[in-house]
Amino acid sequence: MTASRLGHLTMSQRRSGSSLHRFANPSRFLRLSRRLTPWFAVLAAAFIGAGLYIGLFVAPPDYQQGESVRIMYVHVPAAWMALFVYTCVAASSVVSLVWRHPLADLIAKASAPVGAGFTAVALVSGSLWGQPMWGTWWVWDARLTSVLILFFLYLGHIALMNAFDDPTRGARAAAILAVVGFINIPIIKFSVDWWHTLHQPASVFRLGGPTIDVSMLVPLFLMALGFTFYYLLLLMLRVRSEIVARKIRTAQLLQAAP
Amino acid sequence: MAKFLEMGGYAVYVWPAFAMAALVLIGLLITSLRTLRAREAVLKRLEAAERGADDNA
Repeated sequence: MTASRLGHLTMSQRRSGSSLHRFANPSRFLRLSRRLTPWFAVLAAAFIGAGLYIGLFVAPPDYQQGESVRIMYVHVPAAWMALFVYTCVAASSVVSLVWRHPLADLIAKASAPVGAGFTAVALVSGSLWGQPMWGTWWVWDARLTSVLILFFLYLGHIALMNAFDDPTRGARAAAILAVVGFINIPIIKFSVDWWHTLHQPASVFRLGGPTIDVSMLVPLFLMALGFTFYYLLLLMLRVRSEIVARKIRTAQLLQAAP
Repeated sequence: MAKFLEMGGYAVYVWPAFAMAALVLIGLLITSLRTLRAREAVLKRLEAAERGADDNA
């Protein structure tokens, strides 16, 4: 009966369990990664280059903030990526915990340092923007505090992932942290609505549409796209790196055994 | 050019922000590439050693 139920699957799909597990087989992922990596690199460079050019040379200064508004073209896309990458980590953590898909662990492990980097960029660029505009480098308002917590969640995830001799245990612990910490993402997003904050309210993703002029929205979205392709590029490289590391581990264990 | 670099008086805030972003993002890329290359080299050596051992076995 099993054979007839699985009749629509190919032999390799039947062997690997289902078409969902197509990329559980690392050599398939490696082939895909090798094809996509150069594209991601080119697209990242192109979009970031265009975003920087338009943001620095074409877009106008702000009538209130002057040229300091150009910090927005790294600060906002970095903050968006900080949230997006954490969502990817949390999603792959769920897949890892529920379905034990091995690639999910690798995606989470590869993504966390990139997310931490984007969060650091958002925090530092925000600080540099806040000092001339608000008169302070830091304030414990809802948005800034919750993004700082996001940064610590990333660091905790990285620490747990690497804390155990058995990589599976580290991945499990880190996955639980990622899922539990996900509540922070909507908190960050809605913090400027729920609390009286120094950080300004939403001006792009809000009911009623953006309040930013299109001349500034264009470089903003170009940078966001560029940062996304950059993340995908790093994901390809870092997951491939993790697969190689696991192969090394396996080879070493095999060679150690008589 | 000088006017551009001055960023309307905000240069001391704007340029460090961009520089820090570039440092972090380029740094991550370089680190990831170097780790990948190093690991691929180790794997290559291990697999060559394995093949050598099989040949001699």
